[in-house]
Amino acid sequence: MNLPAPSVVVSREAGAGTATVEPKTPSRRTGDVLLAVDQISLAFGGVKALSDVTFDVVEHEVRAIIGPNGAGKSSMLNVINGVYRPQRGRIRYRGREWRGMDPHTAAASGIARTFQNIALFKGMSVLDNIMTGRNLKMKASFVEQAFWYGRARREELANRAKVEEIVDFLEIQHIRRTPVGRLPYGLQKRVELARALAAEPALLLLDEPMAGMNVEEKQDMCRFILDVNEQYGTTIVLIEHDMGVVMDLSDRVVVLDYGRKIGDGEPSVIRNDRAVIEAYLGAARD
Amino acid sequence: MLYREAGQFKSSYAADSAILPIRQDRIGLAIILAIAFVVIPLAASPYLFSAILIPTLILALAALGLNILTGYAGQLSLGAAAFMAVGAFASYNFVLRVPGIPLLLAFAGGGVMAAAVGIVFGLPSLRIRGFYLAVATLAAQFFIVWCLTKIGWITNYNSSGVITAQRMQIAGITFDTPQEKYLLVLTIVALMALAAKNMARGNIGRQWMAIRDMDVAAEVIGIRLMRAKLLAFAVSSFYCGVAGALFAYAYLGTVEPEAYSLDLSFRILFMIIIGGLGTVLGAFLGSAFIVIVPILLSVAVEFLDNTLHLGVPSSVGSNLQLMVFGGLIIFFLIVEPFGLARIWQITKEKLRLWPFPH
Amino acid sequence: MLSFVFEVAIGGLLSGVMYSLVALGFVLIYKASGVFNFAQGSLVFFAALTFVGLTEHGLSFPVALLVTLVVMVIAGLLIERLVLRPLVNQPQISLFMATIGLSFFIEGLAQLVWGANVRGLDLGIQDEPIAWIADRTGVNVSKFDLMAAAIAAVLVTGLGLFFSRTRIGRALRAVADDHQAALAVGIPLQQIWGIVWAVAGLVALVAGMLWGARNGVQFALTFVALKALPVLILGGFESIAGAIVGGLIVGCTEKLAEVFIGPHVGGGIEGWFPYVLALAFLLVRPEGLFGEKIIRRI
Repeated sequence: MNLPAPSVVVSREAGAGTATVEPKTPSRRTGDVLLAVDQISLAFGGVKALSDVTFDVVEHEVRAIIGPNGAGKSSMLNVINGVYRPQRGRIRYRGREWRGMDPHTAAASGIARTFQNIALFKGMSVLDNIMTGRNLKMKASFVEQAFWYGRARREELANRAKVEEIVDFLEIQHIRRTPVGRLPYGLQKRVELARALAAEPALLLLDEPMAGMNVEEKQDMCRFILDVNEQYGTTIVLIEHDMGVVMDLSDRVVVLDYGRKIGDGEPSVIRNDRAVIEAYLGAARD
Repeated sequence: MLYREAGQFKSSYAADSAILPIRQDRIGLAIILAIAFVVIPLAASPYLFSAILIPTLILALAALGLNILTGYAGQLSLGAAAFMAVGAFASYNFVLRVPGIPLLLAFAGGGVMAAAVGIVFGLPSLRIRGFYLAVATLAAQFFIVWCLTKIGWITNYNSSGVITAQRMQIAGITFDTPQEKYLLVLTIVALMALAAKNMARGNIGRQWMAIRDMDVAAEVIGIRLMRAKLLAFAVSSFYCGVAGALFAYAYLGTVEPEAYSLDLSFRILFMIIIGGLGTVLGAFLGSAFIVIVPILLSVAVEFLDNTLHLGVPSSVGSNLQLMVFGGLIIFFLIVEPFGLARIWQITKEKLRLWPFPH
Repeated sequence: MLSFVFEVAIGGLLSGVMYSLVALGFVLIYKASGVFNFAQGSLVFFAALTFVGLTEHGLSFPVALLVTLVVMVIAGLLIERLVLRPLVNQPQISLFMATIGLSFFIEGLAQLVWGANVRGLDLGIQDEPIAWIADRTGVNVSKFDLMAAAIAAVLVTGLGLFFSRTRIGRALRAVADDHQAALAVGIPLQQIWGIVWAVAGLVALVAGMLWGARNGVQFALTFVALKALPVLILGGFESIAGAIVGGLIVGCTEKLAEVFIGPHVGGGIEGWFPYVLALAFLLVRPEGLFGEKIIRRI
């Protein structure tokens, strides 16, 4: 039994609840290796979250990480972006090598991410949340800000303009002053994406950006992700469970299971890989 | 009808980012400032100045400081009064030991000393959160006040423990009368409140609120937790330090450690809870509330005593005060956790529609 | 000299027992509802004051005790109903601040009803050294302190067994862990909380009577509550054993510091020493000696 084939437009029988978009055109920009993780092993006490995982991400591509629940996908993103420090292994990013970055270095080197369980600042408005994404671009000291003159004022207005571009891009103008805590789940996810984009990242890590969305919302989100990749050239690493989305959006796929890598390649190849099928669907039973 | 935004369009981000984007608000603030700076000095009685206006303003400044730390940055502190004490004693020593120092510089120096102490006691916040941090600030409260009583150099070896504050003089003008003190305090507080508002809506304010709401996420988007938290402690303590100096010079007239007790710390905390955490307006509303309610209560008790001849002992007033405060804290937390500032905001929203029901 | 150190230490340990009793009340409530009850000290004060007030009005010791017990239980239930239940969904900080407000309220009420004079409380056991120990070793150990320690031991053992062996105790622990899950398995949340606050009221009464007998019933008793905070930090907020150990450590070190370091720096160290100790502890082991590490996931 194969995993659902990438289909064009709407085809509900193939997989109930999967969203589909136009498949990616083969002629797309790719480049050198932007990120390479090498034999990453991460354990929490006795629990091994990741074991010897190695893969790379090429510039401008969309890389999907898939796998059953508990496979270590979020942990992998957390390692890349410095939230967890692996016990073994190295990370090579933009020519530099680390055992584990700290989150600030990761953010400053152009890595941004969204989270599975929305990590927005519930006490602030949408606009303020997205503006926090620009904090690394703002250099004025607090004294200058206290007097609202010169550099502080200029920076604030310039960054506001950039943020408004993103607001337009993601079509959230109507909620810009709403406190984030009041928004429905789908919009919150979009705001989180906006905050990540505000940092103008070179590498964007998305942790289940479409979880809990209905078909329409998923289609919108897919469109946004594709646009981000095509317009801004942002490299994207994406964790996703919806196979249709994965097959349509991504250039290459990494498959994790129980913390190990069990597949790595183009979607069409992964789709037919036996180890992957068994991990997801279990061995055939009579 | 009167209070409407209709017709007020903003054509630039600068206009949209203004502190008071609605014209009616600006007019309102201008009126309030006019009353504060012009009408009141001419019309108010000395009692009004000394017992109500001056302490309200000074404590509002301290409440602003605590609000920056607890309301914006989310670091609970029970030691605001201790930082006020540092500011008061440091200012006293600057005036005493640096001949000819401008008074405002001495106050600022007091604030800076308080900020330095604040940073030291803020270091634990890098590892501790929530009410564990509150306990650490209690350590600050008790230890600092103890230091100020025991270390002779700070009190100029004063044996009575009560030091008279020097007279306030700026550029030859002495500030002796309640009126003059009021104007001085008003100016300082107004300027510092403006600075606080600017910080709150700027990048640093957003960093603080991010740390308050979810510090792990804040770290991930590149905010340096240590720097931002220590800055919150520093700025907050600076405000409390200046407030402490003003408290000693413009209100009490003496510089004594007992005035900066745990009780005062609690009062300031109550001010920001009742007034509204994380708002500049809340500091003023809360301060006015905490200063005025005891006076109202004692007036009410006295009135009842006189008219009904209950023979109420004097302690009833202070006990009632405790009960009322405690009860109100609970009431506000249940009914309107965002305090008086939110109630004001809701009133304004209703005003927009008035006189229509919806 | 050594015997003097010993004496101070033992005296400190035994006064530490008093702190532990107050801390016990905190732990109970925190364990069961996750609320840090800043008002525990005021409850201790209120209990002591009520008892003394009742005896002054002519009630005999046992009757006054019973009435006070009932009053404390009712107070506990009222607090749970009127203050905590409406705040159940708010963040912990809000609940903490509500209990600060509650402490003010209770203090004001206690003094309003019973007056603010300092009273003595006589439990019948004198604060004098036990003769046969003093004769043998030269160390003065107060009878009163020993009795207090004995009572505390009984209370702690009882509570410990209650939590770990009985069905209600298990339900309490379940509630502390996860309210929703506890509701889902049918644990009557409101009843449980009522029980917890009532028991905390009982503990406050015991603590209040012992403290009152030792130091007199006065407003300063509420500051004892504040001292319980370092006790909890040292011991861990959720551990009954921790409350005991923490109390002993705080009591002991506080006295030793006052006696040996105090004279060199002008005295009065007791006021802040436990807090600074707790602060140092927080930096090294934030969860306390017996507490559980809190892990946050993003």
